[in-house]
Amino acid sequence: MAQPSYEIKTDQMILNFGPQHPATHGTLRIVLELDGEVVKKAEPHIGYLHSGFEKLGEYKTYNQWITLSDRMNYLSSLANNIGFAEAVEQLIGIEIPERAKYIRTILAELTRIADHMVWVGTHALDIGAFTAFLYAFEAREHLYNLFEHVCGARLTTSYTRIGGLMRDVPEDFEDMVKWFLGYFPNTLKELHGLLTRNRIWMDRTRGVGYLSREDAINCGVTGPVLRGSGVAYDVRRNFPYLIYDRLDFEIPVCDDGDVYSRYLVRMEELVQSMRIVEQALKDLPDGPVNYFDHKYTLPEKEKVYDTIEGLIHHFKNIMPGHGFNVPEGDIYVATEAPNGELGFYIVSDGTNKAYRLRVRPPSFVNYSCFDKMVRGNLVADVVAVLGSLNIIAGELDR
Amino acid sequence: MSVETLNVIIALVKIILVVYVAMMVTDLILILAERRISAFIQDRLGPNRVGPQGILQPLADGLKFLLKEEVIPNHVDRFLYLLAPAIILTPALMTFAVVPFGDQITTYIAGHLVTIRFQIADLDVGILYIVAIASLGVYGLVVGGYASNNKYSLLGGLRSSAQMISYELPMGLAIISVVMMTGSLRLQDIVVDQFGMWNIIRQPLAAIIFIVAAFAETNRLPFDLPEAEQELVGGYHTEYSSMKFASFFLAEYTNMITASALIVTLFFGGWHVPFLHQANLPVLWEQIIQILAFVIKTGFFLFFFIWVRWTLPRFRYDQLMNLGWKALLPLGLLNIVITAAVMAL
Repeated sequence: MAQPSYEIKTDQMILNFGPQHPATHGTLRIVLELDGEVVKKAEPHIGYLHSGFEKLGEYKTYNQWITLSDRMNYLSSLANNIGFAEAVEQLIGIEIPERAKYIRTILAELTRIADHMVWVGTHALDIGAFTAFLYAFEAREHLYNLFEHVCGARLTTSYTRIGGLMRDVPEDFEDMVKWFLGYFPNTLKELHGLLTRNRIWMDRTRGVGYLSREDAINCGVTGPVLRGSGVAYDVRRNFPYLIYDRLDFEIPVCDDGDVYSRYLVRMEELVQSMRIVEQALKDLPDGPVNYFDHKYTLPEKEKVYDTIEGLIHHFKNIMPGHGFNVPEGDIYVATEAPNGELGFYIVSDGTNKAYRLRVRPPSFVNYSCFDKMVRGNLVADVVAVLGSLNIIAGELDR
Repeated sequence: MSVETLNVIIALVKIILVVYVAMMVTDLILILAERRISAFIQDRLGPNRVGPQGILQPLADGLKFLLKEEVIPNHVDRFLYLLAPAIILTPALMTFAVVPFGDQITTYIAGHLVTIRFQIADLDVGILYIVAIASLGVYGLVVGGYASNNKYSLLGGLRSSAQMISYELPMGLAIISVVMMTGSLRLQDIVVDQFGMWNIIRQPLAAIIFIVAAFAETNRLPFDLPEAEQELVGGYHTEYSSMKFASFFLAEYTNMITASALIVTLFFGGWHVPFLHQANLPVLWEQIIQILAFVIKTGFFLFFFIWVRWTLPRFRYDQLMNLGWKALLPLGLLNIVITAAVMAL
């Protein structure tokens, strides 16, 4: 006689995590298969914030597209501006003035600090520490004031132009940055005090969301996520751009591959960014910030009013349907954005618009191995892992 | 008027004064305090527009809750859904009944010599009553989570039931060690027993266990998993709106008050003020000071609740269970053994 089965049948529960959920920071959707509270499978669904930025690149001239780069990772818009400008400049083959390089470096690193502040704040908020969030946002607020002072906008900076910058930094820029460098260590100390050695924080983040070194490399993750898995890869060090080869800074690496190690890496990056800003500010040279050939950059107003060449260049740059032509060819240029390698692949057919503009967004690639990280963890860990990746939906879906 | 009638009237007055006036006003103050103190901790201002320094903010909040549209989703179990806020609020208000907030006073009222105890009901099994009633509160959360027919709410309800049942055990063990020393379950006796030395000194371990368990019982951070906003949206009260949502809110604050009052009564001498007897004050003054002392002590622990909430991150579910079963429960048992051994010697 067959033995009757006394096993209780359990079903897996499907939980829709997002697109409207307080912890997804933007419109992400994850379909979780749960056994009790244990995640059996996590399937990220993307595309809720698809805005067609790449396609628009085929219809906008290069300078026009800079405003769209702001809107990809809206927390580090300056880094996007710089990354895109670098790519187009290399495709044309122009070398921007020294001063512009220094300013770009300083602003890229300040953006990294601002972006990491949002990350640490929201990450802590997801795990329940509300106060750290506001401490971090206060520091970010000072940085945004600085950005506003430099380029007139807080979030959508659009500060770079192909061949230079929108304008030179204001006179008191150096003082403001120096003030911030004096202020920021205090915030960092407070955050370390609230989180780093906090037993609950460590329990929540250590051993959670493990990503092995091999998986990290295979999935192509970059930035703090990769360095948190023990791979010392940083575009600033491996393929230096701007003035990074002249600066003294370290690439923080942590071998554990969990949420806590990503946290430690990012916290140390803040210190390194401060070092970079300090060095770059010390050597900040005088001079123009725009490339001398006004075929590519806007001429000064005096030249526009007084010379025929200036007037022609001005209109060529400004008028719809005009703008400079980029030589035929294709190029991939990557910069180290706060979240990882931000690459631009541009194919030019010799006209004033790109034939194809492809962005390699760090969020997209980092997000792709989400399932690997959360499988076997609890629902609460999903939030912690998501926080540690710092996914920005605008960049994810482009 | 007979003495019996007088006693009934006094009891009614006490219930109205304590439960409906003192507790509700404290709830309102707490709502404001929570927001102002959190703002102070977080380097911001907090609500300071409604009335001077924002003191009318809780009234504005309450009015807002009253006037909000009452949304009852179609997919809920209607009966249980409506029942849950009542289930959670009633025990929260009832537990305070046996907490002594002062000594007693004997006076002539309408020609009768009556003794007014500063306690709504002086039960012989006071502490058991509290443990019994407080555990009813969990039904509100479970029923609310279940009736909402929402996955997040259900998870919240499940978590809360597991959490509250788990932490009632260490809480009970902590109480047992206190009861062992006092030899009585009456809360008034427990207070009187601490005249020589407060229980925080005699039973420090029990005090710590009790305070931690009290945090878990009131669902406050770091133990606010049932309503973990970032994971479960709002937990068991996700689907509630208007005054129903407010009653979950009120219940949480009321539970906080009761928990603070219990911590004070069990471990910090209740209404007792050291060396007050030597001051030779008039009886009435002495009583007033004692009640004030109780209020201040309770207020301190309420502040402590808020302070912790805005400083610490949240536990994970399994870590919470580990702490309850693997740390607090053995420690509680150990504490009882030690207490028994010391008493036997």
